[in-house]
Amino acid sequence: MTTGSLTAGRARFRLPRRQIPVLATLALLLVMYGIGVSQYTAFSNVQVIFNVFIDNSFLLVVAVGMTFVILTGGIDLSVGSVVAMTAMVSAWLLQEGLPAALVLVIALLIGPTLGLLMGCAIHFFEIQPFIVTLAGMFFARGMCTFISGSSIPITDGFWTRMSQERIGDPRGNFVSVSVLIAFVVVAVAAYTLAYTRLGRNVYAIGGNSQSALLMGLPVGRTRIAVYTISGLCSAIGGILLSFYTLSGAPLIAVGMELDVIAAVVIGGTVLTGGSGYVFGTVLGVLVLGVIQTLITFDGSLNSWWTKIVIGGLLFAFILLQRLIGIRYK
Amino acid sequence: MNATMGRYRAVTGHRLFWPAAVLVVMLAANTIYRPGFLSIELKDGHLYGSPIDILRLSAPLILVALGMTLVISTGGIDLSVGSVCAISGAIACMYISKQSDQNSLAVVLTALAMALGVALVLGAWNGVLVAVIGIQPIIATLILMVAGRGLAQLITQGQIITINSEPFRAIGLGHLLTLPLAIFIALAAALLVAAFTRRTALGMIVESVGGNAEASRLAGIRSGRVIFLAYVLSAVCAAVAGFMMTANVSSADGNAVGLWVELDAILAVVIGGTSLAGGRFFLSGTIIGALIIQTLTTTVYAMDISPQTSLLFKAVVVIAVCLIQAPAFRARFARRRRGAPKPNTIADKPKEQVPA
Repeated sequence: MTTGSLTAGRARFRLPRRQIPVLATLALLLVMYGIGVSQYTAFSNVQVIFNVFIDNSFLLVVAVGMTFVILTGGIDLSVGSVVAMTAMVSAWLLQEGLPAALVLVIALLIGPTLGLLMGCAIHFFEIQPFIVTLAGMFFARGMCTFISGSSIPITDGFWTRMSQERIGDPRGNFVSVSVLIAFVVVAVAAYTLAYTRLGRNVYAIGGNSQSALLMGLPVGRTRIAVYTISGLCSAIGGILLSFYTLSGAPLIAVGMELDVIAAVVIGGTVLTGGSGYVFGTVLGVLVLGVIQTLITFDGSLNSWWTKIVIGGLLFAFILLQRLIGIRYK
Repeated sequence: MNATMGRYRAVTGHRLFWPAAVLVVMLAANTIYRPGFLSIELKDGHLYGSPIDILRLSAPLILVALGMTLVISTGGIDLSVGSVCAISGAIACMYISKQSDQNSLAVVLTALAMALGVALVLGAWNGVLVAVIGIQPIIATLILMVAGRGLAQLITQGQIITINSEPFRAIGLGHLLTLPLAIFIALAAALLVAAFTRRTALGMIVESVGGNAEASRLAGIRSGRVIFLAYVLSAVCAAVAGFMMTANVSSADGNAVGLWVELDAILAVVIGGTSLAGGRFFLSGTIIGALIIQTLTTTVYAMDISPQTSLLFKAVVVIAVCLIQAPAFRARFARRRRGAPKPNTIADKPKEQVPA
């Protein structure tokens, strides 16, 4: 980031190449919002933006975890299933009558544990991340239906309070607790990536893991840490999802990993690793959220248009990444 | 003593040994659990029985996995096959459902030709993105994977299109020489691909491109064209598989047809011993891999376990097979057993990992 601002300062008004994808996403987001405001009067309501955050807070948290993995050049396909499994396990344990605090701890431990195991398999046995996390995805999804074939409602007091608590003006504009949690996660992740040793290691490995190893960086430890972080983010996302839906369903969040990867890529993170920002991921999630809101506002478009538009956007952004030649090496 | 040891090692060291062993163990476990499992009977001139069912149901997966093998061998991956299955099935069913005489062979053939044509275009789209523009395969095909589901639903307008066409139904459920027709289609495709890759230089060219696309290009191979062809072939295989899947239920559902088939296909290829990093490919291994996955699914159904829970078993099998095949795991395991480090028996060195 320092180099980016330096070059920008020297060459009067040239955009730093590394940040073009993020800026493009920002521009797209503003344009889409502008279209929405100009077409529908109710769109300018601030609550519309808040609702985008409320509806996508769990997606945001999971996408932040995925950003870490993708920055190292890996991929984590298990996130959607881990989200579902966390929600499922908490719903099940609450139904069994365990206290809410204990359930939270257990639910938050499952994701990182699975992530740690997957990271170890990837690092020690040199199996491709794609295959390992695919197995993790099957495992977590299988566990969901193993726990229960149908959805389990949550009636716990803590959960319902978290779900219904409105922060801000309860009759006017408000956000949910989940949004605040998501913001905390984003802030911690952004700080970790930008200012800690772990964050710099992540970028270094994504840039070139061979060089990172020769520089004496702890490649293995970082790689395992990254999958554990992704597991933790998925677990938090699962808790947020259970706040949102107040239930655990075995087939919830199917295919979510694709939305998450799409959000990260639209947010400007390069899939070969080494380049990208948490802020971009936030923008990517917002773009997906605004698309859905636009399609809901329109009313005449069907839900499948969401997929087609997301596919089109993915194409545009990858082409953009390609054109500015951001892929080093 | 030494000779038998050598022979033993030659058998266990063969690349097809572990996949085949897993398949045999699964069939044996089934037979123990249900003694009538392996019995086949002849009814109305058709053969029936669990093994025949497994073969018939694995036909679409074998087809998809064949295309996937070539794509993976060039160092790529094709995530869009499931969507291509859905689109081709949707187009074929949509066209047939609009005709007055659904049983006419000409109508069905036109429908198949149209759907295949679209599949060619989709494959070419993937091929151009990867080979010409140079986007990483996993993300280039992710575009079609996401958008393709939407397109399939757009074609069917979100409905499940039901048709009543005997010739189309035959693709999935018809019989030929007492065996299901689907088996012959998959077999023909496998033989065709094998003939083209193993009887001509094409296979070696594909492997060399997967080994190092740039070096191959400098050696005079048109790498781009080979990669492009692999994606087109993969899409065509997926389209034929899509016909089978829709023909099995005589209806097209844009959401459900071919869901997760890309993951199953990639698994089949990996179980078969082809490295995701590209390079050498094993068609016979892929077919065994597909059979393993289908046997597992059938086993789970037969044991009255919910289909979703079968994913749990799939996860265990995937990890087991991958660990057994991972050079790092083998070396570790061998060292512990013999008390001395064993040289790597895998001939090709582990390549630098692809970002996937």
